[in-house]
Amino acid sequence: MNTIVITIISLCAIGVASAIILYFVAQKFKVEEDPRIDTVEGLLPGANCGGCGYPGCRGLAEAAVKSENMEGIFCPVGGSEVMNKVAVALGREVAVQAPRIAVVRCNGSCANRPRTSTYDGARSCAVEHSLYIGDTACAFGCLGCGDCVAACPFDAIHMNRESGLPEVDESKCVACGACVKACPRNIIELRNKGPKDRRVFVSCVNKDKGAVARKACSAACIGCMKCAKECPFEAITVENNLAYIDYTKCRLCRKCVAVCPTGAIHEVNFPERKTAPAPETQAAKAQEAHTAPKTPAAPVNEEAQETPEVKKAAETPALSVEKETTAEATEKTPAPKPENTSTEKGGVESNI
Amino acid sequence: MLKTFKIGGVHPPENKLSSGEKIQILPVPEQVIIPLGQHIGAPATPVVQKGDSVKAGQLIATATGFVSANIHSSVSGTVVAVDNVTDAAGLSKPAITIKVEGDEWEEGIDRSVKPDHNITLSREEIVKAISAAGIVGMGGATFPTQVKLSPPPGSKAEILIINGVECEPYLTADHRIMLEKAEEIVVGVQILMKAIDVKRAVIGIENNKRDAIEKLKNLTAKTLGVEVCPLKVRYPQGGEKQLIKATTGRSVPSGALPIAVGAVVQNAGTALAVYEAVMKHKPLIERVVTITGKSVKKPGNYLCRIGTPISKLIEAAGGLPGDTAKIIGGGPMMGRAMVNPDSPILKGTSGVLILNEKEGTRKPSRNCIRCSKCVSACPMGLEPYLLMTLAGHNMLEEMETEKIMDCIECGSCSFTCPANRPLLDYIRLGKARTGAMIRNRKK
Repeated sequence: MNTIVITIISLCAIGVASAIILYFVAQKFKVEEDPRIDTVEGLLPGANCGGCGYPGCRGLAEAAVKSENMEGIFCPVGGSEVMNKVAVALGREVAVQAPRIAVVRCNGSCANRPRTSTYDGARSCAVEHSLYIGDTACAFGCLGCGDCVAACPFDAIHMNRESGLPEVDESKCVACGACVKACPRNIIELRNKGPKDRRVFVSCVNKDKGAVARKACSAACIGCMKCAKECPFEAITVENNLAYIDYTKCRLCRKCVAVCPTGAIHEVNFPERKTAPAPETQAAKAQEAHTAPKTPAAPVNEEAQETPEVKKAAETPALSVEKETTAEATEKTPAPKPENTSTEKGGVESNI
Repeated sequence: MLKTFKIGGVHPPENKLSSGEKIQILPVPEQVIIPLGQHIGAPATPVVQKGDSVKAGQLIATATGFVSANIHSSVSGTVVAVDNVTDAAGLSKPAITIKVEGDEWEEGIDRSVKPDHNITLSREEIVKAISAAGIVGMGGATFPTQVKLSPPPGSKAEILIINGVECEPYLTADHRIMLEKAEEIVVGVQILMKAIDVKRAVIGIENNKRDAIEKLKNLTAKTLGVEVCPLKVRYPQGGEKQLIKATTGRSVPSGALPIAVGAVVQNAGTALAVYEAVMKHKPLIERVVTITGKSVKKPGNYLCRIGTPISKLIEAAGGLPGDTAKIIGGGPMMGRAMVNPDSPILKGTSGVLILNEKEGTRKPSRNCIRCSKCVSACPMGLEPYLLMTLAGHNMLEEMETEKIMDCIECGSCSFTCPANRPLLDYIRLGKARTGAMIRNRKK
């Protein structure tokens, strides 16, 4: 009986002693963490993608709380909406940043850029780039092995099998920059999404002399400088035989698109340009406008890659297509740089 | 028991189709393209311009800095361009293009064939002559020889090892020069011994070249300090570190150079070039190249002028076979596929291998089955399956810890993988990125 009592008392004493020791040790080694970090972390999306440049969402939360202003603190996934909430929670003013999107600056599709060799090595752009020029004559163009696709944590970029080029899904891309880092040839760039998601860019990164670039790819920028001379806003610079449009200066007037001799400058998400149709087909067009069903709103990820194929379909003697419906022929008649896929037309109509 | 290296290695089929073919002289082409970057180190700086007349053996570009090499014209004629040309990988690189006119050589070059045994130059004069002649490692690495022969202060060479191994399948250029130019090579060895001031030299030769072993054994029987060491046929016996281990038993520590164990390794072809430079005053302007392949009509070994288009060599061997899949510059293990058949023969081009569709097409790659055959095969004791995964995930610091920089890029891992994984491709990529990180750290 005594043994039990002594045991219980000694154990209680040890318990109390440990509790006291632990209390003091906990006080001495306590880590003071700003409770606001938890608050901010709760507001962030939690994808831990690293697109902000910090290690995970908690990293950004820590940086946000530590910083004086919100300089350089921006979550591309959450966007301005989330950053506003964070600013409110911290009692600060948030810097407004225009939403951005990844842009693939190459139009060297299988149709435009003939193959000069077959690559049967490891299916990785980084590996292929380290070995040789690639399977075409362009040392700068997309290799098509899909390192960008593998890098994207948001399922926002996919390889188009037909063209051999990657396509960005505008509804999913959050401009985290993973594909930009993955591309060994620096073809992908984060550019402003633009008003009404419209943007104009040079879809080429070839720095070879014009004749060499053109020989390798029919859609290459040849550095002729017509676009730079035409631009009323001085947004275009030409360096190393390559034109570049500064997206902060571009006002989307599309004058450069019209003068580019190779079609290297692309316009995205613009409505169809209205051109005066030829008189004999006006009746056919009017009829077509009445009878054609409203095309369903397709995902607005149709990039300019479609244009050369569309153009080529009109130019090549695929007369069977043109003969079928004259109405279709008028639609496909090359207007200066049309972005005309019927789905986009449908998209614009639905906006009205 | 033949000597060999202790860890790793594979035994690919030897396919020495051209080992019995005597060296023939390839006719001088109509035009040569001589690139400025034929060696490790900075590309040479041109000293001629368009319109200049040049003679064979004339200096046309000078070494840029210490780790670089001179370049000489291999023909006589007129310079038509000093401009960028497309190289074997399809990339744009600077080169000097010369239209050939006649075959006049620079004064002072001794074109007689009688072997000269009388070495009169001093040690410093020898290294100077080698540097002036633009000699680089002829085994394919193209490291400027005068740099290797100038050990850093504090290190002293004890033994010269001559690499007559030629472990790559298909290649036979070194075999043929050891048979046909044996005397000259032995004099070259003696010159090199004098250059680094050593008393001992070992010529390592794989045991599949018994005739060369016998010939050189006879020649060196009376030569003080030079011995021939037959080696087991195992790839990569000709790797510097493997050769040092096999012939001397010494192990070069990870990250160190052979001079750390007192060894200097030179290729047999380099020894021949050294002989010609020192004794005949002839700079490096031609070399023996093997043209071979299972579908090639007439595999052979040709003495070619530097800058000759590969297409001429292929023509001499009976033309490009119809079932060609790849044209490889070098051997099947470490060589690179070419996309431009007009690219020129360089100082480091040991062979041109035509792989037909059956041999040259890669099989589809599958997932790693964790068999560890690559680990067993790696002669540097690395773990290729792990390095490939790390390279794929771009984990630079981990690759450094796993000693990726020790990789000699021999290709044994890719060769032996039963799942056909492109191990070497990824490891090379990882090495490049890790190397860049390490160099940036030092800045």
